[in-house]
Amino acid sequence: MKRWGSTLAWVVISFLCAVAVGTIALHRGESINAMWLVVAALCSYALGYRFYSKFLAAKVLAWDAVRATPAERLDNGRDFVPTNKWVVFGHHFAAIAGPGPLVGPVLAAQFGYLPGTLWILAGAVFGGCVQDFVILFFSVRRDGKSLTEIARDEVGRVGGVVAYLAVISIMIILLGVVALVVVNALKSSPWGTFTIAMTIPIALLMGVYLRVLRPGKVLEGSLLGFVLVLLSIWGGQWVAESPTLARYFTLSAPSLAILIIIYGFAASALPVWLLLAPRDYLSTFVKLGTIAVLALGIIVLRPTLHMPALTRFVDGTGPVLAGKIFPFAFITIACGAVSGFHSLIASGTTPKLISREIETRMVGYGGMAAESFVAIMATIAACVLQPGVYFAISSPAGVVGSSPATAAATISSWGFPVTAASMAALAREVGEQTLFNRTGGAPAFAVGMAHIFAHSLGSRLLMAIWYHFAIMFEALFILSILDAGTRVGRFMFQEALGHVWQPLGRTSWYPSVLFNSALIVGAWGYFLWQGVRDPLGGINSLWPLFGIANQLLATVALCVATTILIKMGKARYSPVTLAPLAWLMAVTFTASWQKIFNPNPRIGFLAHARDLAAAPVRTPETARLMFNDRLDAAVTAILVTLVVLIVLESALEWIRVLSGRKLASVHEAPFVATRFVTEEAS
Amino acid sequence: MRKLQSAGATFIAMLREIFDESAYRRFLQRTGQAPSRASYRDFLAQQHGGRPRPRCC
Repeated sequence: MKRWGSTLAWVVISFLCAVAVGTIALHRGESINAMWLVVAALCSYALGYRFYSKFLAAKVLAWDAVRATPAERLDNGRDFVPTNKWVVFGHHFAAIAGPGPLVGPVLAAQFGYLPGTLWILAGAVFGGCVQDFVILFFSVRRDGKSLTEIARDEVGRVGGVVAYLAVISIMIILLGVVALVVVNALKSSPWGTFTIAMTIPIALLMGVYLRVLRPGKVLEGSLLGFVLVLLSIWGGQWVAESPTLARYFTLSAPSLAILIIIYGFAASALPVWLLLAPRDYLSTFVKLGTIAVLALGIIVLRPTLHMPALTRFVDGTGPVLAGKIFPFAFITIACGAVSGFHSLIASGTTPKLISREIETRMVGYGGMAAESFVAIMATIAACVLQPGVYFAISSPAGVVGSSPATAAATISSWGFPVTAASMAALAREVGEQTLFNRTGGAPAFAVGMAHIFAHSLGSRLLMAIWYHFAIMFEALFILSILDAGTRVGRFMFQEALGHVWQPLGRTSWYPSVLFNSALIVGAWGYFLWQGVRDPLGGINSLWPLFGIANQLLATVALCVATTILIKMGKARYSPVTLAPLAWLMAVTFTASWQKIFNPNPRIGFLAHARDLAAAPVRTPETARLMFNDRLDAAVTAILVTLVVLIVLESALEWIRVLSGRKLASVHEAPFVATRFVTEEAS
Repeated sequence: MRKLQSAGATFIAMLREIFDESAYRRFLQRTGQAPSRASYRDFLAQQHGGRPRPRCC
């Protein structure tokens, strides 16, 4: 009877999923309710989790319920600690969820809500969740080793080097791009700048509170920090209204970029307890709460999506990001569908906390499904805006014009009516001077999120507070990534340069700390600077570069996973990782080729450089822009070469194993029976 | 009611793990120290002495 009930429930879920996806895909010319996206997402994840992940676990990975995990075998109370599965789930989710699933879907909304939604659902269920799950599982089987170590052991030396280079390149590009998102959100915004500036003394205060006043009371300290952040948001409106104070906090993009670069250097060189750790706690506290409240807001409001299913910009002429729907929609949305960066978390802290092998399914597959749902919420937040408003906020001045009247006329001519007066009214409502040309995705997301919050959880009079809360939420996210990423990058440089000159590898030697911090900050700072000086807003060039770098890391992870499956004698099941790998290769190669060689100067780096070279007047600014274009083309070429190298080395290994020329052996830790099963039985 | 209590306890445990309070408790157990400024300083040195945990994009 119970079995029949379960079967019936899954039939109903499948039917609901089909109806919801059908509604999203087939409706044209009329608005649909956002709840269709929510239902389609929840049902897809439920079906993927119940059936596909179970198949992966039982047939493909052949998990072993009685095999002890490294957390149990190597339990040291420090790195290796057997932990409750829900606790690990929360810990893992807090580590993988960043601004990527919020920003990418907002940028991709220029194609309409349909492409992004379908890619987020299919990409997550068949790609991202699979990648996170298998890498977590394989890391658990290898004493919690990192992706780089697993790549070196299972694929070969080239695999290890490519993984290392992929990690460092993604780190540099990621930090430059996310810093640019913050700059674009805060430029000419005294309220936003004041709020974010205040998070620095708040974090320092938290650091002192946790170390001196109430040692170890992190939850308490984070709550105190959160209250202070809310007060700074509230106080920001007076700063914005005060002619004297507003002057100090109204900053141009280059000034903000310089301040963020200095901040990044300080965060990397200062003691962790003083700034980095408290800021990370504060960011996590705000992140978990806000994501939950946003989900609640969407369910309460059940908003209508005003963005069409598909816009005219599927043809590649989009103002937010140039390039056709394939491959650029799939590069733009990485986190939320497939994110290579997750493989670092899945082979980092998480495998050292898993107490039973069977829990890798919930943590790995389930954690990514939860992040994918965040991306769906971001899509909804962008698409509840009137399309004209969305394009007015997200389009650079170089495309739509710098004056409000010109920008409004250009956007209206595309069939998305908007007026300068309505945009000015909206800007006043959210407490900003202007909302035109606020590229980067964060402001559009913040306006959408403020709209959802103001209509579901409070009065429209609070739009300005909600808008700045959303900006603070995103900027806090990003700055904590900047802190941790700069420090991780500094350690990676120290590791590498330690081989050149041993003292440079000493992580506590201050000259080495300062030198390597300057190196990593200089690397991402250059990309940030390039972005803020770009007439097209920077995001058009840099976000695809970040997407390519992230998908490169996913390619490395899926190559490693496929190699291990083949070595395990599971070649017949290798399509589970080969299919997403093939898709990502198609996307990465096509996007890289187009970013380098496309004749359209808005897409191709080299075409843009040629365009500038052909201009009748050449200024030092032109020469700098041309250099940046060529540099971006070179970086893209290096990334795609790394993809080729890892794929080739993996393919050779597969051929050697499958043809019997090499004895297949995997580098798993020896089997030890778990004591948890015996404890459960007794 | 018991299920609700259990869920609440798990949620609190999750927060304590995410915010390193559980790690500090384990550190105290392992080293036999009492909670104090000195022990928390030692914990932070151990916890953050190496490479920080990466945060995803």
